[in-house]
Amino acid sequence: MTFFEAKDVVKQYAGHKALNKVSISVPKGSIFGLLGPNGAGKTTLIRIINQITGPDAGEVFFNGQPLKPEDVKRIGYLPEERGLYKKMKVGEQAVYLAQLKGMSQKEATKKLKAWFDKFDILPWWDKKVEELSKGMAQKVQFIVTILHEPELLIFDEPFSGFDPINANLLKKEILELRDKGATIIFSTHNMGSVEEICDHIALINKSEKILDGPVEQIKKKYRTNTYEINYIGEFDKLDQVLKADFEIIDQAKGIEFNTLKIKLNNGSTSNELLEQLLPYLNIVSFREIIPNMNDIFIRVVKESKTI
Amino acid sequence: MNKIFIIIQREYLSRVKKRSFLILTFLTPLLIAGIYAFMIWMMLKDDTEKRTIAVLNESELVEPVQSSEFTTYNYLQNTTFEDVKSSMEKNGYYAILVIPKNILQTKTAELFSHKQVTIEVKSNVGSQIRQHIEKLKRAKIIAEANMPNLEEKLAATKTPIAMRTIKFGEDGEIKQSSTEIAMGIGFAASFIIYMFIFMYGVQVMRGVIEEKSNRIVEVIISSVKPFQLMMGKIVGVAMVGLTQFIMWIVLTGIIITIGSALVLPGVDMETLQQAKSVAELPAGAASLDAGQLKIAQDILGTFDLAYVAGIIGAFIFFFLGGYLLYSALFAAVGSAVDNETETQQFMLPITIPLILALYIGFAVAKNPESSLAFWGSIIPFTSPIVMLVRIPFGVPIWELLLSMSLLIGTFLLITWIAAKIYRTGILMYGKKVSYKEIWKWLRYHN
Repeated sequence: MTFFEAKDVVKQYAGHKALNKVSISVPKGSIFGLLGPNGAGKTTLIRIINQITGPDAGEVFFNGQPLKPEDVKRIGYLPEERGLYKKMKVGEQAVYLAQLKGMSQKEATKKLKAWFDKFDILPWWDKKVEELSKGMAQKVQFIVTILHEPELLIFDEPFSGFDPINANLLKKEILELRDKGATIIFSTHNMGSVEEICDHIALINKSEKILDGPVEQIKKKYRTNTYEINYIGEFDKLDQVLKADFEIIDQAKGIEFNTLKIKLNNGSTSNELLEQLLPYLNIVSFREIIPNMNDIFIRVVKESKTI
Repeated sequence: MNKIFIIIQREYLSRVKKRSFLILTFLTPLLIAGIYAFMIWMMLKDDTEKRTIAVLNESELVEPVQSSEFTTYNYLQNTTFEDVKSSMEKNGYYAILVIPKNILQTKTAELFSHKQVTIEVKSNVGSQIRQHIEKLKRAKIIAEANMPNLEEKLAATKTPIAMRTIKFGEDGEIKQSSTEIAMGIGFAASFIIYMFIFMYGVQVMRGVIEEKSNRIVEVIISSVKPFQLMMGKIVGVAMVGLTQFIMWIVLTGIIITIGSALVLPGVDMETLQQAKSVAELPAGAASLDAGQLKIAQDILGTFDLAYVAGIIGAFIFFFLGGYLLYSALFAAVGSAVDNETETQQFMLPITIPLILALYIGFAVAKNPESSLAFWGSIIPFTSPIVMLVRIPFGVPIWELLLSMSLLIGTFLLITWIAAKIYRTGILMYGKKVSYKEIWKWLRYHN
C-alpha cells in the first residue's frame, strides 16, 4: 500500500529546473532511499513533501489524499541544514519545537523527558545549547523530529556529522520506529550508508528520476553475472582452457592467494564455471559480485547518457 | 494561528530575559533621572560663595551697589587702583569694581579680577548700577516736571506682555496652543519613533540572520509557514520595544517621584514639573526661558483630554505602522544574507528614507504648513516620523486619514514582498546575493 506518492512533480527555479516530472511512490512501513548526487533535486523534493515549497506542476498525495497544510504534524523532518538556537536552554527549546508541531506544552515536556532519559542527555535539560557537544545536539534534533510520533519521517543526509556510535543508535531507533508502523524516507548522496537499511529506493540525477523500485529487484536487475574467485596455485593458460562463455575480466596476484574475476555470458551457470576451474585451481572462495548502489548509479547514469 | 502566538511568545521572552535588555531597561531611567536631578540641582542651586568686591567709585553716584548676603562691596577711598590691585590677595578681594567719573556718559563700568568673573556677579553689578542710575534720572525728571502723581503714572506705564498663541480648532472651538510645546512634543515623539524603528528593526534582522546561521530555520518552517515565523518575530520584537518604552516611562516616573521626595524635600512639585517639562524637550527647545515656561504651564493646564488622547493614539499608530513597515524590510534583508557583515549593501535603501524622514521632521517643525511637510507626512516611508512632528500643530483630518491608510496599504504590500524574499532567502546558504537575484525571488511562486 502506498503511503506517499508524488506524480510528475515539476519545480522550476529561475534559470534551472530543480525537478522535472519526478514521480515516486513510497510504500507504507517501508524505508525509502532517495538517492542521488548533490544538487540532483532531492532536497527540493523533500521540501515539497514538507510543504516548505510547492510544486509548479504535478500532484502530491499523503496517505491517499492530496497533501494538506495540516499534514505537517503527521510528518517529522530532520533537514540536512539543521541547528538549534544557541542561547536557548535545551529543554525549553525542545518544548518550543514540539509545540510548533502542535503538541501541548505538558505533553511535550513529559515525552521529551522520557526520550532525554533514554538518550542519556537528561542532565542537560537546563543547559544552554551552546554548551552541548555536537553529538548531544544531534540527539536533541533527532528527538524533536520524532517526538510527535509522525507517520512519515524524512531524514535528509541523516548520518552526515554523526559519529559511528551515534549513527548506529540512530539507525536502531529508526528501525524501531519503522517496526511500529512509521514510513521513512532517507535522502542522501552517500548511497553506501543507507542501502543496507533501505528496502525501496529512487535514484535522482540532474532533476530527473532515473531509477526506482525495491532494492532486491534493482540489484537483481543490475547483477552483472560476475564472480570473484580466490585461489591458491598458478595457472597462466586459463584463457585457453575456459569456454568462450566465461570472460576473464580481471586477474590479480596476491600474497596469500590470487584473485580472478569472471563474467558469465550467454546463460552459462556458476556450476559450469566451477567444474571448469576445479581441475586447475585450488579454490579458497567463490562469490558473486553484487553491485552496490554506487555502481548501479554510475551505470544507470552512463546508460541514460548514451540513449 | 495558535502557532504564531507560540513564536511571538518565544521571540518576546527570549529577548526580555536577556541581560542586555534588563540592563538597558533599568539603567536608562536611572540615567534620565540622574540628568533630571542634575538639571534641577543646577537650577535650584544658589550661589552661596561669599565674595568681597572692592569698589573704587570715582563718580558722583552714592553707593550704587549694595552688599547682599553673600556678596560684600567695600567702598574704598583715598587709595589708588594700583594699591588695591597689589593688596588684592591680602585683603581677600574677589574683584575690583571701577566706576569711572563719567559713567553717566560712557555708560561703562569695569570689573577687574584674576579669575573669570561669574555671570551672576557680573549681571548683579550691572543691573544694580543700571537701576540706581535710572532711579536718579527719574527722580530728576519728576522733580523738574513738577507734575502731581507723576511717579505713579510712570510706574503704570510698565506693561509686561505675555504672548499666548491661540488657534482655531476643527469644530470652531478656540484652543490655546503653544508653538514651543507643540514643537517639543512633535520632536520627541518623532525621534522616539525613529529610534524605535532603527533599534528594533535591526533586532528583527539579527534574529533572522541568527536563525539562518544557526540552521534552525528549516526545522521550524517544516512546522510553520515562513510568513508565520517572520510575522511572529516582528510582532514579538515590537512587544519587546513597547515593553521597554513603557518600563522607561514608568521607572523614570517612579525614580523621579521617590528621588524628589527623598533628596529634595524643600522643592515643591510645581517647580519640579516645570523643570521636567523643560528637560523633556530635546536640545534646541531648552532655550525656553522662565517666561515661556510660565506660558507652557498655562497651556499644559488647558490641554483637553481629547487633544492628549489624540496625540497618544497617533503616536501609537504611527509608531507601530512605521515599525511594521520597516521591520518587514529588515527581515527581508536578514533573510538574504549569511551574516551581518553582508547586510551593508541592502541596508542603504532602508536607512536613507529613515534618516531623510528625520531631517524632513526637523524642517517641518519650523514650518508645519509647508508642502514638504504635507508630502513628507503622506508618503508612507517618511510619514511615521514626519506626521508626528505635525500632529501637535494640528493636521486636517483628511490628511491624517490619507496618511494612515497609505501607511497600512504600503505596510501590507511591503510585508507581502518581504515575505516573498524571506521565504526564498532563508533557505539560501553560502550564496552571495545581489539585487538581481532578489528580483528573481520575487517572481517565484510559493
